[in-house]
Amino acid sequence: MLKDITIGQYFPGQSILHEMDPRMKIVLTTVYIIMLFAASNPLGLCVSIPFLVLAYGVSRIPAVMILRSLKPVLPIIIFTSLLNMFFIDGQVLWQLGFLKITLQGLTTAIVMSIRILFLIAGTSLLTYTTSPIALTDGIERLFSPLKRLKLPVHELAMMMTIALRFIPTLVEETDKIMSAQKARGADMESGGLTRRAKALIPILIPLFVSAFRRADELALAMECRCYRGGEGRTRMKQLKIHSRDIFCAIFVGVCFAAVIAINLWAPVVLTMR
Amino acid sequence: MEDIITAREITFGYPKENNQIQLVLRGVSLTIQEGEFVAILGHNGSGKSTIAKHMNAILVPNEGTMTVCGIDTKDEEKLYDIRRQVGMVFQNPDNQIVATIVEEDVAFGPENMGVEPSRIRELVDQSLEDVGMSEYKHHAPHQLSGGQKQRVAIAGIIAMRPRCIVLDEPTAMLDPKGRREVMRTIQRLNRENSITIVLITHYMEEAAKAGRVVVMDDGQILYDDTPKHVFSHVRELKEVGLDVPQATELCYELRQAGYDLPEDILTEEECAQALCHLLERGKAV
Repeated sequence: MLKDITIGQYFPGQSILHEMDPRMKIVLTTVYIIMLFAASNPLGLCVSIPFLVLAYGVSRIPAVMILRSLKPVLPIIIFTSLLNMFFIDGQVLWQLGFLKITLQGLTTAIVMSIRILFLIAGTSLLTYTTSPIALTDGIERLFSPLKRLKLPVHELAMMMTIALRFIPTLVEETDKIMSAQKARGADMESGGLTRRAKALIPILIPLFVSAFRRADELALAMECRCYRGGEGRTRMKQLKIHSRDIFCAIFVGVCFAAVIAINLWAPVVLTMR
Repeated sequence: MEDIITAREITFGYPKENNQIQLVLRGVSLTIQEGEFVAILGHNGSGKSTIAKHMNAILVPNEGTMTVCGIDTKDEEKLYDIRRQVGMVFQNPDNQIVATIVEEDVAFGPENMGVEPSRIRELVDQSLEDVGMSEYKHHAPHQLSGGQKQRVAIAGIIAMRPRCIVLDEPTAMLDPKGRREVMRTIQRLNRENSITIVLITHYMEEAAKAGRVVVMDDGQILYDDTPKHVFSHVRELKEVGLDVPQATELCYELRQAGYDLPEDILTEEECAQALCHLLERGKAV
């Protein structure tokens, strides 16, 4: 059962989005987020609708995946919408005792929900089309200028890589330990919450001990392979900006410009806070 | 032939409580020449893994000198010069693979050494070819069998183009099929790429394939000779808790029972041949 865990939410494919440079994808995703929040006019927000539809279409990620990524944030969206609806002052549309819904509150609620939905759907696209290793690689290279500020960028990226590498190994190990403890009569399925939490102890302790032992051996093996941090290290795979990356950057740039233009010149349809 | 590893009277011990030292190596002298295939045998605690760790300066001797490729292992500045020439493969393949993709892992060593990217590509492809894992280069390590993982680990070492590989019980955690794969790879590397091999093992059948066998017991070298000579000491080996290859043992028992068989039998084929020979002679009489 533990084998079903997937690492990250990478969805392999061969689209233009999959093959883009991970650095460009990270940058463009950031621009997209800024774009969502810069759109003070609901009309500007509408620009991101064709944008998202196009991006998902090109990447061939099934639409079900969008829903799956949205599911965990639904409670947050509902909660913030309710707060916005009832607690923002303005033109009253409906009133019951102390509860009142205002026009401004309603618009803010709708705009905020759309923003969060688009935010999640858009950023999920990054993790759907980029393998964790490429993502780590992209982050490392993107942040490498921060090395001058003594930020351990390489070390952090290496930690991420090793964590990703060892997830399947440790999952397998957990499975083995669970079977071993069950064979000794451990009961993990019955009882209340505290009892079940206590039943996890005989699994976690051996798992931790073994993880430390593995870490020790891995460190030794890495040293034997001449590892001494990021200094003087080269990489086999070089990242290159291709024409497709520039094309996508221009596309995002145009969308961003459109949002700004709408902000400045389009008539204000609805007043927003 | 040039000496690649020279140990002179090395002594090594771990500190115990009450300021005493638990000696693991007691004055070991050993010379390994370039291109040799040496197996080091010994039961648990005989010091065989400890001497292996001296060969690429993971440990340095308390007394005596260890020279690897002409460099004293006590010279900390040249630590990485030693390590790029003497690679080390460990017992558990899971704990020595760093990256999430096979070819990335093989590239790890050359990347650390600062090799040019295009050259790393060549080294990686060649190394995977050498261990017969080319078709798995885009796989994740956890999708591979134990034997395959260990071959990837070996590829990761040979990508650094070392002169010598030290393997510390590389087959101990593998099934018989994986063990065969790894042994075949090691033998081929020794024969075709003329890489010096030091194989630490407790499988007698594996040791019998080496050109030279060193038997260790209680931190000292007991025998250092060709497999045929070493395994002819059946009784002495059993006394220090070691076995001999099955074929050797069978012939030894038959000899004890009064049959005329040669002392230097190692493989099943040799054994079968000797037995056929014996039977034919029996008929003739």
